[in-house]
Amino acid sequence: MPAMIETSGLRRTFRTRGGEVEAVRGVDMQVAAGEIVGFLGPNGAGKTTTLRMLTTLLRPTAGTATVAGSDVAADPAGVRRKVGYVAQGGVTYPEARAGEELVDHARLYGISRSEARRRARTLFEQLDLPGLFDRPCKSLSGGQRRRLDIAMGLVHGPGLIFLDEPTSGLDPQSRANLWQHIRGLRDDLGTTVFLTTHYLEEADALCDRIMIIDHGEIVARGTPDELKRGVSGDVITLALADASDSGAAAATAARVAGTEPTVDGVTVHLQVADGAATLPSLLRHLGVEGIRATSVEVRRPSLDDVFLDLTGRSLRDEPAAQTGAEYAHSA
Amino acid sequence: MRIARETWIVFVRAMRLSLRNPVWIFIGLTQPILYLGLFGPLLEPMSQIPGIPPGESWQWFVPGILIQLGIFGAAFVGFGLVAEYRAGVVERMRVTPASRIALLGGRVLRDVVVLLVQSAILIVVAMLFFDLDAPLSGLVIGLGLVGLLGVSLAALSYAVALTLKSEDALAPLLNGLALPVLLLSGILLPMSVAPSWLQTVSDFNPFRYVVDGARAVFRGDLDSSTALWGLVVTLALVLVGITVGTRTFRRESA
Repeated sequence: MPAMIETSGLRRTFRTRGGEVEAVRGVDMQVAAGEIVGFLGPNGAGKTTTLRMLTTLLRPTAGTATVAGSDVAADPAGVRRKVGYVAQGGVTYPEARAGEELVDHARLYGISRSEARRRARTLFEQLDLPGLFDRPCKSLSGGQRRRLDIAMGLVHGPGLIFLDEPTSGLDPQSRANLWQHIRGLRDDLGTTVFLTTHYLEEADALCDRIMIIDHGEIVARGTPDELKRGVSGDVITLALADASDSGAAAATAARVAGTEPTVDGVTVHLQVADGAATLPSLLRHLGVEGIRATSVEVRRPSLDDVFLDLTGRSLRDEPAAQTGAEYAHSA
Repeated sequence: MRIARETWIVFVRAMRLSLRNPVWIFIGLTQPILYLGLFGPLLEPMSQIPGIPPGESWQWFVPGILIQLGIFGAAFVGFGLVAEYRAGVVERMRVTPASRIALLGGRVLRDVVVLLVQSAILIVVAMLFFDLDAPLSGLVIGLGLVGLLGVSLAALSYAVALTLKSEDALAPLLNGLALPVLLLSGILLPMSVAPSWLQTVSDFNPFRYVVDGARAVFRGDLDSSTALWGLVVTLALVLVGITVGTRTFRRESA
């Protein structure tokens, strides 16, 4: 299969008052046509900066990127013609009418007025936006507005679409609905999808392949299953009654299980080969030390654990609003 | 002409948004009309004062107010762009293959059309309710000056807005610039009554020449050097505005 995205040593440095910041430091990636790829990372890891380089909004400081067959630096117009981009904060003006935004956007790609109207009507049907053509964008619900954003990214029929945090801020029902539409992009239209997300269950449910970026470098890549297999054994999650016990609990856990746990407030995460076998001994030792646990859980590793394992941070705990900082970097 | 087609698409979209909320077109007119109604009459008895141009004060006051409308109407358009930027519209358009010049030009064109409509209304009001009496050729050229001034200042305003990307930074900057420009243009009182040091300072304010030029053409002095200087300075401002504007819109991550 031909590569839709191919980058080599992609790098981006920003000059700030505090000196140079290396937002992205040498990213190599390949995305094949027809894939749904998830790009994950904590805030400030370099996700949006990478996305902005791939969509020609930022010039790489070093390295090369070929997107949909065109080089981002040498032929940005070629890239722009062939990719769609849906930014994380939305792309439509609240006062404008939904249908008009879509038709005007299509026309900026050189599409004729009548063809633009036809495509816009079709996309309104496909993305489940009936009767909203003449409504102001601000009157649409969060989920409808996001589907309109995606329609904007699709109206010129790109082979590749970038979705930056497509479901952030949506309620669970709208999110599940949007997942179906995103799957449909690939299954029905054959579009390659490159998405960033904060939700690991989203990446797990939606993506064929995942890349995790941290401190501007890709730290892991693979299918969700491959990544989960990389985290050995089971995960024991221990919730303590008292946060001041966490140090002692971690030490005890390390002694019993022979692996180093990660501590996150009152929660202690522990990776062990056989969770069920380790648990009785662990609880007994904690009891001897006088450490009280309020709950304990043994489970197969999730992508959350992969993430925690790789970056030492939990993705879930970070408020999505912080991504503004990453955005402002590039401004 | 690809750029012309794209400029037209951006223009029609922007115009549609303006027309959907036409109240703003009239709100923009309230300030100049208040100046005509509540300040203009103070000037009527002043024609005896040395330095004040002879004849009816309206003949020189109205063109000044017209240029003021041009300066204020166009200089603040950047706020609209910040709102569009925040909504993600600017970036969304920047990932299309459309010319960056068209993304700027379509918006500037909308601003100039709005400005010309406002100016025409202002002139009609000044002729009907106040004693403005100017030759048609002077009115047309005066409107042309306002339009060109609008091109320059709207382009500059967009360039600044796209650089700062924040209303909070834009507001003090524009207000801080607009007031001294206004005072040093001789819009409210001609600079000819100013003490010599103030006249010297105002010599460095390009907008003063635009105001003087507009006054000359409203008087009918179309071939005077004052009118010519007004036009030359206005064209220079247009050149600066377009250069800075297109450079900013072409710049990466702008």
